[in-house]
Amino acid sequence: MSYKKLMLAAACAITASCSGMTAALADVTVRMMHVEQNPQVTGFWNDIARRYEASHPGVKVDVQYLENEAYKKKLTTLLQSSDRPNIIYSWAGGVLRDQVKAGVIEDLTPVMDAPWKARFVPAAVQAYTVNDKIYGVPMHTAQVGFFYNKDLFAKAGIDASSIKTWDDLLGAVKKLQAAGITPIITGGADKWPVHFYWSHLAIRIGGKDAFEAALRGEGKGFADTTFIKAGEVFKQLVDLKPFQAGFLGATYPQSAGQFGDGKGAMMLMLNGLLNTMKANSADKVGIPDDKLGWFPFPTVAGGKGDPSDTLGGLNGWLVTKGSPKEAADFLKFFSEAENQRQAAERGFYIPVVIGTQDAIKNPILRQIAENVSKSKYHQLYYDQMLGPSVGAVVNDISADLAAGRMKPTEAAEAVQQAWELAQ
Amino acid sequence: MATSVTGGTAKAVFQAPSWLRASSTSIGGSTAIVLLFLPPALFLFTLFVALPMGEAAWYSFYNWNGYGAPTDFVGWRNFELLFANRAFRIALTNNLLIIVVSLAIQLPLALGMAILLADRVRGTATFRLIFFLPYILAEIAAGLIWRFVYDGEYGLFAKLLGLFGADPIHILAEPDIAIYAIMVVVIWKYFGFHMMLYIAGLQQIDRSLYEAAHIDGATGWQIFRRITVPLLGSTIRLSVFFAILGSIQLFDLIMPLTKGGPSDSTQTMVTYLYTYGVTRTRIGFGSAVGVVLFLICVVFAFGYKRVLMRHD
Repeated sequence: MSYKKLMLAAACAITASCSGMTAALADVTVRMMHVEQNPQVTGFWNDIARRYEASHPGVKVDVQYLENEAYKKKLTTLLQSSDRPNIIYSWAGGVLRDQVKAGVIEDLTPVMDAPWKARFVPAAVQAYTVNDKIYGVPMHTAQVGFFYNKDLFAKAGIDASSIKTWDDLLGAVKKLQAAGITPIITGGADKWPVHFYWSHLAIRIGGKDAFEAALRGEGKGFADTTFIKAGEVFKQLVDLKPFQAGFLGATYPQSAGQFGDGKGAMMLMLNGLLNTMKANSADKVGIPDDKLGWFPFPTVAGGKGDPSDTLGGLNGWLVTKGSPKEAADFLKFFSEAENQRQAAERGFYIPVVIGTQDAIKNPILRQIAENVSKSKYHQLYYDQMLGPSVGAVVNDISADLAAGRMKPTEAAEAVQQAWELAQ
Repeated sequence: MATSVTGGTAKAVFQAPSWLRASSTSIGGSTAIVLLFLPPALFLFTLFVALPMGEAAWYSFYNWNGYGAPTDFVGWRNFELLFANRAFRIALTNNLLIIVVSLAIQLPLALGMAILLADRVRGTATFRLIFFLPYILAEIAAGLIWRFVYDGEYGLFAKLLGLFGADPIHILAEPDIAIYAIMVVVIWKYFGFHMMLYIAGLQQIDRSLYEAAHIDGATGWQIFRRITVPLLGSTIRLSVFFAILGSIQLFDLIMPLTKGGPSDSTQTMVTYLYTYGVTRTRIGFGSAVGVVLFLICVVFAFGYKRVLMRHD
């Protein structure tokens, strides 16, 4: 008996120490890489990570930052190395399709079981679905629209709520110029801020059908009338010379700062401008909330697009191939309504978790959240949607159109050519 | 080497003409040395030079975005696209322009400065240092400094124009002007390097030639034409070589200034490669640009050495 007991005790001791050892070996580090610059947002994410670690002993979450452009340039190489991060930031669209095709992204369909998946707005999950499989956890959404400086609008005698059509916008530009105010600020050196004009016009003119027909290669594709007309209508604006002096040499952060400093009346941008404008303005305050207004992109006469159609983003997170299961588990924790509600409350971004948006306090973010949830067609930014090589061409031609160095037909043809090559 | 220690061969070495000496005595020794030292060098050269070049040549025939292994073979299409591309033609033209400006303005300026500063008179060392400073500065730093100088809001040029009551120009945002603004920076940055080359060359010239010329009553221009330029010939040929090769490879000065913009007006071949190949993850296409760039450099370098520098 005593012998048996001894053996039992020994066995217990061994298994205990073994389990202790496995616990020690099971120490995993989940590395998460992002491009967020706002220290408040990253601080908030770090805080989520610390809380996860506290409730999951043996797991460490390491949140790393890489500057936006550097991140995009490094990611292809990074994903193929053995040292790749477990969770990466994503803009969905063509880049995601390429990454999935290359087999470097984990299929999350089995783990995103019904309760987890049901947390999100369906369109957000759809953006991260490739070939009927879910590859990402969506986080926040954004809409492109015109921010305006209420003081400057008042000085020029413009009522922002009366700007409904493209002609109204052209009228406002002329009024602002007559009052000696620079009508529009944009970051032409980075090109993508200018592409919002061309792609949003295409959405207003041709609607969802035109874009999808172009993707399917119907008719002349991107060289079809919708996209030529988008260039022509954009040219009406460009011919008025509405942008600030030297806009072709201004990067997005610089231009956001200029807008924050009151050097121009309007800026077409996604809602991230709220943060960037403050950070880059001379006094780090920029335009105070009560002096800042927002209105959606105007409609175009005879356009097929619905006025409620939106252009914007759907950012989220991807888990890379071969990551520990804790990576997905952390994202599950990360996307809990309680966590994302805080982000909404503090005005960091518009979460796509259902039931969090009523916590948004900032009136502009609130309005945008409402627009996106009502929108029947939320189009991902063209430059993201079409993938890196075609998207870059969309940005090129938009900047060239703004510089007056390209004809609308040439622009549309250049996009179509790039699209055909990428197939 | 070992054989030359023995008296007999040493004597032979002394008596044999130089061309014979090399071939008769050291062949056995040098083969051993070659066999000993060549493999590591050859290995490193293959690994870090030949292999990547071969890889780039291989990738240039594929439509490949950098993920996995290239599988989509497209033949010469990347090259056809390249030569049909407007931005690449701008890049080629810009490279040519920069070469012309380097040769026509930068090198004469460097030579002029070198002649002024070659003599060891008080103060020349200070001036040499001042003119050489831009060359020491990192390209990125130089680019950022000039970005501020050219800035339409706060820059030096804007302030100067403001003094004369003119509207400020955003120089780097003007597609027709930006490339010339960059050329000014290129000249400013690199003429000091060529100046130093020339000073070194000038100091090799025998002073007595100048003294003799003075006594014979030669004018300054005659001295320059008949003595300085011919005797500086090899240095000038070397400096032209560096200037052209550097102009073809111009990249890190342009990135902080304009990134090749606005509207691709300041692209060079290398910024083009980076923008259209690397950042757009079109690795196959970028490799094709690399191959073209490599061929241009190689043809130029070997051609130049063979034709103009064969006696140097």
